[in-house]
Amino acid sequence: MEKTDQEKNKLVREVADRKYEYGFTTDVHTDIIDKGLNEEVIRLISARKEEPEWLLEFRLKAYRYWLTLDMPTWPHLQIPEIDYQAISYYADPTAKKKDGPKEIDPELMKTFDKLGIPLEERLALSGTAVDAVMDSVSVKTTFKETLREKGIIFCSISEAVKEHPDLVKQYLGSVVPYRDNYFAALNSAVFSDGSFVYIPKGVRCPMELSTYFRINAANTGQFERTLIVADDGAYVSYLEGCTAPMRDENQLHAAIVEIVVNEQAEVKYSTVQNWYPGDSEGKGGVYNFVTKRGHLRGADSKLSWTQVETGSAITWKYPSCVLSGDNSQAEFYSVAVTNNYQQADTGTKMIHIGKNTKSTIISKGISAGKSQNSYRGLVKVDARADGARNYSSCDSLLLSSTCGAHTFPYIDVKNDTAIVEHEATTSKISEEQLFYCNQRGIPAEEAVGLIVNGYAKDVLNKLPMEFAVEAQKLLSVSLEGSVG
Amino acid sequence: MKSEQQYIELFEQCRQMLSSHSCEVMDSLRDEAFTTFQRLGLPNRKVERYKYTDAQEAFAPNYGLNLNRLDIPVNPYDVFKCDVPNMSTLLYFIVNDAFHSKELPKYQPEEGVIITSLKDAATRYPELVMKYYGQIAKKAETPLSTTPEGQYVDGEFIPMHKNNEPDAITALNTMLTQDGLFIYLPKNTVQDKTIQVINILTSKVDLMVNRRVLMVLEEGAQAKVLFCDHAMDDVNFLTTQVVEVFAAKGSSLELYELEETHVKNKRFSNLYVQQHEESKVTLNSLTLHNGYTRNMTYVGLVGEQAEVNLYGGVIADKKQHVDNHTLVDHQVPKCISNELYKYVLDEEAVGAFAGRILVRQEAQQTESQETNANLCATKTAHMYTQPMLEIYADDVKCNHGATVGQLNEAALFYMRQRGISLEEAKLLLKFAFVGEVIDKVDLEPLRDRLHYLVEKRFRGELNKCTGCKLCK
Repeated sequence: MEKTDQEKNKLVREVADRKYEYGFTTDVHTDIIDKGLNEEVIRLISARKEEPEWLLEFRLKAYRYWLTLDMPTWPHLQIPEIDYQAISYYADPTAKKKDGPKEIDPELMKTFDKLGIPLEERLALSGTAVDAVMDSVSVKTTFKETLREKGIIFCSISEAVKEHPDLVKQYLGSVVPYRDNYFAALNSAVFSDGSFVYIPKGVRCPMELSTYFRINAANTGQFERTLIVADDGAYVSYLEGCTAPMRDENQLHAAIVEIVVNEQAEVKYSTVQNWYPGDSEGKGGVYNFVTKRGHLRGADSKLSWTQVETGSAITWKYPSCVLSGDNSQAEFYSVAVTNNYQQADTGTKMIHIGKNTKSTIISKGISAGKSQNSYRGLVKVDARADGARNYSSCDSLLLSSTCGAHTFPYIDVKNDTAIVEHEATTSKISEEQLFYCNQRGIPAEEAVGLIVNGYAKDVLNKLPMEFAVEAQKLLSVSLEGSVG
Repeated sequence: MKSEQQYIELFEQCRQMLSSHSCEVMDSLRDEAFTTFQRLGLPNRKVERYKYTDAQEAFAPNYGLNLNRLDIPVNPYDVFKCDVPNMSTLLYFIVNDAFHSKELPKYQPEEGVIITSLKDAATRYPELVMKYYGQIAKKAETPLSTTPEGQYVDGEFIPMHKNNEPDAITALNTMLTQDGLFIYLPKNTVQDKTIQVINILTSKVDLMVNRRVLMVLEEGAQAKVLFCDHAMDDVNFLTTQVVEVFAAKGSSLELYELEETHVKNKRFSNLYVQQHEESKVTLNSLTLHNGYTRNMTYVGLVGEQAEVNLYGGVIADKKQHVDNHTLVDHQVPKCISNELYKYVLDEEAVGAFAGRILVRQEAQQTESQETNANLCATKTAHMYTQPMLEIYADDVKCNHGATVGQLNEAALFYMRQRGISLEEAKLLLKFAFVGEVIDKVDLEPLRDRLHYLVEKRFRGELNKCTGCKLCK
């Protein structure tokens, strides 16, 4: 037994010493505006992006509203005070030096290659179109033309504002209004780039759409804004990935993702979140404060969120669904891993308004090191939502005696025909399972890997193929051996 | 004006009167509680742990207080006959918040056991009462806000479970209370006969009552206590109650609470329990008929191998409101907690359940279970449930579950097929649903009685006990 303990300790050290493999920086000329936040800065961002007047107004309204708000204190998180004046709100790595080449800087291409996201279409994995965003600007969107043939719009949101202003105007802020919360107001004021997706009626998107977010410049914040609209009968599977360099200071990432799902449409949204989590001493790392929400407007619509959260020093994220359409269905699958000093407060909101709406929540939390991992979820059944059905299951796995796992479910039911079920368990890896594996010659490390992967299987299975491989790798790197 | 203002003014004006009709021990905590209350104010829904019950609103109306301790003439036996049959108990009465010493039970409690007015006890045994009075409620760490507080020491985050965040209602009770009940069991005393305490609310005008109960079980003592709440008169009552239970090593307590008041009664009851090694406490609260109820239960497990069982049943209709808020605080290893709450909500009733289980880092090998099941019978009945786990230790087995749903269609069909009317079948199922909580009652006569009362309640005969003037 003693020997296994030693082995385990060795493994713990190994994992603790492990380097974040995406922690490099790219040396590229980046145009960064001065630090600070005020109306002038917002006007400047808007001007840089050559935005129409209505969008500037939208930003200013959001900013003025943000000024009236206080930072929320209800999450189960220790958030050091954030100096919003010490952050630069716009950084453009694609800005050309005077007389520079007109092509995309090869350094940028190399960066994305290194991240495994080739921007050359011929090199790309077949079947995935990518929008690559670095800092505040979309570097390149691949397969745009191929998709356009089907009427699908896939481009950066800045481009969409210029080319499809009516669509953007119609949907922007319709799911997450700027008054929604503190970070939604902030994002609405200063958002930079993100993706815009529009799938027309009856079109099934032939390939996976994907956005890759990368923070590079120091002392900047990233404020992505993604808007996905699936019109009647459309289908799309969308993936999101993200990484950042290792820096000693904390970086802020406050995003909004809005999804509109019309009649009989289906959207699958998958995230592998791997922002820099800080070092083993809890220094540095990204603050990830995200508002994600889907509105199932039409009857028989379907939305599925799948997330694998392994990065970020602090995560504050609740991908939610508003089920307005009758018979609409929503799913939320999540694996959240915290290690060292990471903190996560994540979960979902399922708001049932339409009749016979169904939602499923499967959440798996894994805490290790000295981290705190919380699930927070709301299931709300409106008086109109006859026949609503929800099933929630939240499990937590504790891998060290110094970490915490918490569950805060909120269930509000106002309808007598609703059936809502919630269950949760918290435990450490079963000694018996470990023993069983050991007995059959499987070493402790592999056994833990096996058990954790099995534990997270329900969620990983929901990920698209390429992502599932990536997620599994991430999980094993994050966890194998971190059992103490 | 915020509703706390009238209580602050009342206290400032009547400080002298409060003291002259109370005793030194109870007086000693008044000023401190007043300072706390002034600081906290009455919580509204923005305070996370009062999310479902607005104390600001509940305490806003103007109630009379019997601070001068005027004697209210009442013969409890005249009005109270719904004694549990087949169970001979040690029967005591508390009229509003005054211990009714005119009617003492026929039987004597076991030797050394003290059951008396809190005020008298504090005068007669000041040292004993002083040792416990207000101590558990004051020290009870109520980390009911979800933000972890703590500090970084050499880069390491040391969580501190919000110490000294007292409850405003407890503070209000401490500053205004003048009497209540004191129960003391010396070492290794086994009190065989159940102690039954009938709380009677009676008044000609709207009345606020601040009742205080202190129970001390010394090492190895055993007791069963049953509280029954009744309201006699058709006026508005506002009750605050603070119950403190101190369970020493190896002691055992079964505490039953039965609320059968009326729709004009507002009840704010805070129960604090401190459990030492190998103690076993079972708390069972049943809300059969009420107006606006908020029960807060705090259990601090401070000795290893302590075990606590919390059970609750709620049957509510009309515009009744029942909010049960529990916190089980596992502070040391090897403790066990079980929690089961069941609600049946009809018409426009509102039910809320927030159950929080806190397992601190030191509390390894904790076993904890929490279940909350609810039935909503109409579209206008609302249920809010929040089963929370907050765990800082790894070697634990904790799980919780919550459901909101309706009666089983298949079971209904089965019964109708056998000639049972739909109404009757529904009744049977509801009865069986709540029955699970009642079956946890160890006292057989009480269990039978509860089954009977619950059945009557479902049949719409409310809380009418036969021959009882109270319930007419």
